[in-house]
Amino acid sequence: MTIQPAASPGAAPVLLSQPVVEVVTLVKTYPGNIQALKGVSFSVGSGTVFALLGPNGAGKSTIVKILTTLSRPSAGRASIAGRDVVREQQRVRRMIGLVAQKSAVDLEATAAENLTLQGQLYGMSGAELRQRVASLLERFGLTDARKRIARTLSGGMQRKLDVAMGLIHQPQVLFLDEPTTGLDPEARADMWREIARLAREDGLTVVLTTHYLEEADHLAQHVAIIDHGQIVVEGTPEGLKAELRGDAIQVELVEIPPEAGIRAALASLDNMLHEVAIDGRNLRARVDSGASALPALLAALDAAAIRAATATVARPSLDDVYLRHTGRAYAEANHKEAIR
Amino acid sequence: MTTALASSAHITTRYLRAFLRQPYYIAGTLVQPVIWLLLFGQLFKRVVEIPGFTAGSYIAFLTPGIVVMSAMLSTGWSGTSYVIDMERGVMNRFLVSPVRRGALIGGELVYQASMVLLQSLIILGLGFLAGARFNGGIASIIILLVGTMLLGTAFASLSNALALILRKQESVIAANVTLVLPLTFLSSTFLPVSLMPPWMQHFARFNPVNWAVEVGRQTLSGSIDWSLVGSHLAGLLALTLVCAWLSARAFRAYQRSV
Repeated sequence: MTIQPAASPGAAPVLLSQPVVEVVTLVKTYPGNIQALKGVSFSVGSGTVFALLGPNGAGKSTIVKILTTLSRPSAGRASIAGRDVVREQQRVRRMIGLVAQKSAVDLEATAAENLTLQGQLYGMSGAELRQRVASLLERFGLTDARKRIARTLSGGMQRKLDVAMGLIHQPQVLFLDEPTTGLDPEARADMWREIARLAREDGLTVVLTTHYLEEADHLAQHVAIIDHGQIVVEGTPEGLKAELRGDAIQVELVEIPPEAGIRAALASLDNMLHEVAIDGRNLRARVDSGASALPALLAALDAAAIRAATATVARPSLDDVYLRHTGRAYAEANHKEAIR
Repeated sequence: MTTALASSAHITTRYLRAFLRQPYYIAGTLVQPVIWLLLFGQLFKRVVEIPGFTAGSYIAFLTPGIVVMSAMLSTGWSGTSYVIDMERGVMNRFLVSPVRRGALIGGELVYQASMVLLQSLIILGLGFLAGARFNGGIASIIILLVGTMLLGTAFASLSNALALILRKQESVIAANVTLVLPLTFLSSTFLPVSLMPPWMQHFARFNPVNWAVEVGRQTLSGSIDWSLVGSHLAGLLALTLVCAWLSARAFRAYQRSV
């Protein structure tokens, strides 16, 4: 018999050094042998914003569904604050909040009614619930809209209501599945401010999925890039960018040239250009110094009668990190997945 | 258990509140019954003269049948609100919370049963205005309402189960339409069973719709046939439980496919 320290049964003893979310070789296979996840592992530290970045269909939502107990993994395991998401579902549910990809607001109810029912589902009631509803309405600028039927709220307001509902029971971990997809730029900036505040001021652990590179870059302390059900690279946005050598050069050509032609034209610059990628009319390469490499590159293209329309030099971005690790440009991958 | 009941009540409140915001919705569900009641009430007025027809007034005979039929017509739509919740992501939001699945199912069924009650009372009132008199008294009316609510709950559960499996409004509505009319015509809603061809009589004996109608017909006679009421209500209760169990199974199947 082991002697255990007396602890309140609801609270899991969480050590500060322990990650709050732990995912170990998670596999999800859907009927028809569709492998949505092929062994994903990562962990999220307490009070940080963690972003899962990847194109549509990469498996981000599947991970969120498993972590929020909606779906079961085919293999592997995952836990929230040490509680297994399959075996201790009810415990996990009380510790997490979810803001799903699609708004889950009940359109026929008012903002306040939506929040109140959500609280009741978590067993809240009375003055405690009323107070919590009022403070969340206040916080998300919905106080004036509290008696409005959700159907009449703007997309941005409905999204804020979604986040407020995810927070009603004061979860330890908040899952945000594509929180800004479909929002206009102003509402998106607004939402970014809110998300940043959640981790900074409330000490919440936030797991964010997104297919916007800037979103991950802007919000997350830690980014995992996921592609075809696998994490291809993981780290801090700064660290990932620093791994790339030098600047990115992108030249847009007037017409799509034969690839062999370009390769031949650039042969003399072999020691200057790294990671040359040709993608339709776009030619990308990585160089130690953009300012000195660009003229040489343009001259080489000119000599081969390949005409350039535009040329840009940029410091490394997450876009480049994605390209480097998947061999595809991000926008392209996202588009292909979307129309698949 | 108490939290499950409380959650269930909160879910019921959600639906009731949406209904109270659009109370004219019930008018929509009453159009059909009124047409049936008035049209068939007039058309078949003289069938009471057929030998073997025991009831004195056709409208009094018809009214309980229309009450039962209307309950099916309206609860058959129950699944469509599940479909909307699934499409909206409301369903998944509920499933991520610690609320019991039974409370989600039960809360909605209580709402459906209360809608059936309200609708039935209105139709009974309309039948009364059209000349139907209920000799069985208050007890027989309560029996009619209980039987109708049980059948309505069973139908709502079936509709919910279909919604969870098919996830399309059209399919749920089509299934409803396909079931209601045949089951109604194979019951004593419009004519007594004794006037049906033998094969229909045989079917009617096992038709839950007919059980509910026969239970409801107790409103006609001065004395209630308690053994018939008891066995039919027990049958309806069993059916309701089976259908509720089916919808719970469908819930699990839905969650596996998420």
